[in-house]
Amino acid sequence: MHTETVQLDGHIIDSLVLSKVLDIILLNGGLYEISRFDVGSTRTDMTHAEIVIKANSRELLENIVHQVGQHGAARDVEEAHSAPAPSDGVFPDGFYSTTNLDTHVMVGGKWHLVGKTEMDCAIVLTGDGASTVAACKPLHKIAKGDQVVLGDRGVRVTPAARREPGSIFSFMGSEVSSERPKELIIAGLADTMRRAKSEGKKTLFVGGPAIIHTGASDALEGLIRQGWIQVLFAGNALATHDIEKALYGTSLGVEIATGAPTSHGHEHHLRAINVIRSAGSIKDAVDSGILKTGVMKACIDEGVDFLLAGSIRDDGPLPDVVTDAVKAQDRMRELIEGVGIAIMVATTLHSVATGNLLPASVQTICVDSDADTVIKLMDRGTHQAFGLVTDCEFFLKELARQLKAL
Amino acid sequence: MSTQTKPRLLMCPPTAYSLDYVINAWMSLENQPDVDLAATQWAELYRTLTEVVGAEVELIEQASNAPDMVFTANAGLIDRRPGTNRILLSRFRHAERQVEVPFFRNWFEAHGYECLEPAEKQFYEGEGDALFVGDILVAGYLKRSDIASHTWMAEQLGVQTLSLELTDGRWYHLDTAFFSPMPGRVVYYPGAFDSYAVQVIEQNFETIVVEENEALRFACNSVVLGKSIVMPSGCPILTSKLEAWGFTIYPVELSEFLKAGGAAKCLTLHLP
Repeated sequence: MHTETVQLDGHIIDSLVLSKVLDIILLNGGLYEISRFDVGSTRTDMTHAEIVIKANSRELLENIVHQVGQHGAARDVEEAHSAPAPSDGVFPDGFYSTTNLDTHVMVGGKWHLVGKTEMDCAIVLTGDGASTVAACKPLHKIAKGDQVVLGDRGVRVTPAARREPGSIFSFMGSEVSSERPKELIIAGLADTMRRAKSEGKKTLFVGGPAIIHTGASDALEGLIRQGWIQVLFAGNALATHDIEKALYGTSLGVEIATGAPTSHGHEHHLRAINVIRSAGSIKDAVDSGILKTGVMKACIDEGVDFLLAGSIRDDGPLPDVVTDAVKAQDRMRELIEGVGIAIMVATTLHSVATGNLLPASVQTICVDSDADTVIKLMDRGTHQAFGLVTDCEFFLKELARQLKAL
Repeated sequence: MSTQTKPRLLMCPPTAYSLDYVINAWMSLENQPDVDLAATQWAELYRTLTEVVGAEVELIEQASNAPDMVFTANAGLIDRRPGTNRILLSRFRHAERQVEVPFFRNWFEAHGYECLEPAEKQFYEGEGDALFVGDILVAGYLKRSDIASHTWMAEQLGVQTLSLELTDGRWYHLDTAFFSPMPGRVVYYPGAFDSYAVQVIEQNFETIVVEENEALRFACNSVVLGKSIVMPSGCPILTSKLEAWGFTIYPVELSEFLKAGGAAKCLTLHLP
C-alpha cells in the first residue's frame, strides 16, 4: 500500500471541502485515515485536517493526490532535515536509520531516490538543492562533515513491489515452506534464474560447508561451470572442505565416495589449508596445477567473484579469507552491485550477513534443513526472503538437474 | 453595504478597451466589440450608478496594454473593516491580465492603501471570485482563483470563508453566477457550480435561482447599492423576483462587454 500525507486548511467543514476531498479519495479507489483534526472553535476559526491517503499503486496515489490538490489538500513537501556528522564514523544525533526498501528524500522541493539501498545505514546528501544526490552510507564509512538526514520528515519509503507474476517468488510469498512440493519450487527458481540471466542480472550464491559434507559440491560446481552463478559468498570452511575433497577425497575426514572415515582424516582439512598457504592463494594453487577440481577451482576457471569472510573459530585460515569483518562487508557491498537473485544455502551466519546488505528488490531464497535459519534471516529485516526447508544436497542436485548443469 | 453613507466604487473608462486575446469561453477574435458602442454603454452605466443610484465613483486611467483593465472588480478585494485601509491585490492566472496589477497597485498606493499580495504561484482574482454575503465571504475557485487563496483571504480579513467550486467555463468567476442583494440572501445559477457548492449555498442562505438563459445574459453580474440593483438588460424573470424582495432594478445594456465575458459587476469594484 502506497501512502501520502496531505494537509487541508480553511473553512473546510462549512464549505463541504473536507467531504469532497474524502469522497474523491474513495471514488478513485483510495483509502484515507485522518491522522490529525483540529476543528476551529468559532465561526471564523479555521479547521485543519491531516489526511493520510492510501492506494494500491503509486500511479493511483499520484492521481488522487493531484485531484485533491485542486481542492486545497496540499501534499507534505517538507524538506528533509540534515546535519553534519560530528566526526568520522559517527552519525549526528537523531539520524534517520534506513530500511532495505526503495527510499526517496525531499530536498530542494524534489524527491530524490536514495542510492545504494541498504538497511541500518544513514542517508548522506551531497550536492545542493534540486541537484542533490542521496545515498545510504554505513556507520564506519561516515566522514566528519557528511550531511546526514535526520528524523523521518521528508523521507518516503516505498513498500516492496508486488512479486513478479509467474516467478517462483510470486506464489511462494514471503514465508517459510517445509510442506510444499519442493521440486515445483525449485523448478520455479530455475525459471527465475533463466529470466535473470537473460536480463543480464547476476546470481549470488551464499553457501555453508554442509554443501561439501553432503556431497552436493558437484552440483554447485556444475552450476558455476554452466554460468548460473556470478558471485559466491562463503566462509573459510566451505572453501577448506572443498579443497580437502579435491586433494584427499574427504570432507572432515570422511570419504565422500564411500562415506567411510579415513585414518588421520581429521587432519586433512588442516593439511589442505597448509597446501594453499604454501602455494600463496587458491588461484596460485590452481595456476600451479595443485588444485584440479572442486567449487573453488571452478570459481577461478569461470571468473566468478568470491568473497570468503573469516570467523573467530576458523582454522588456518586460507590466505584468501578476509579476516577483518568490516573489510569483508565492504567487499560484499561492492560485489552485490547488479545482483538480481540471491540463493543462500546451509549457512546462518553468511545468509544474515548478506541479507543485511541486500536491497529488498533482490529476490532472495534461503534453503536450510532448519527452519530457524530462515526465520532468523527474516527477523533481521530481510523480509523479501523466501525460505525452503530442505536438505542442501537434494536442493542443489535438483536445481542443477533442472538447469541441466549435472 | 450600509445605506447610510454614499456607496463608493472604482471604475475604469474604456479608453483602450479591445479584444486582443482569448482567455474565456465568451471571447472570440471573430466577435470583436464595437469600441464606440462600448464607450456609450459604459457611460450609461456610469451615469446610472452616479446620477440615478447615487454612488460615488472613483476613476482609474486605463493602460494602453491592458484591454481588460476596465473590469476593475478583478483588481482585488478591499478589507472592509473600519480603520483598515488595505486591499488584497490579485494575482491573475493569465499573463495577459497580470500586466494590470502594477497599474492598480500604483492607484491604490497613491490613494493611501496598503497593498497585500497572495503567495507566489497562488492565483486569486479579487472581487471576481470573492463576494460578501453579510459577514460571510463567499469565494469561487478552480477556474481562475486557487482554493489556497481562500485561506489567505480568510486569515487576512478574519472572516468565515465558504469555498465554492466553479465547474463551467462560461461562468469562470464567482461574480458571473452569484451575487448577494442583502445579508443572508443570494441570487445564483446552480449550473455554474458543483453539487457540494450548491448544497453549501442552499444550507446557508435564502436563495433565488436564476434561469439559464438569464444566467447567460450575466444576470448575476449585477451591482447592488442598498435597495437598488444595476443589472445587465434582458433579465425580466430575475427582475420580477427581486422586485418581490423589494428591490428596484436598473437595467443597462452591456452587450459589448459581454463579448469579453464581463458586465456591470465586473466593471466596478467596491471601495470602503
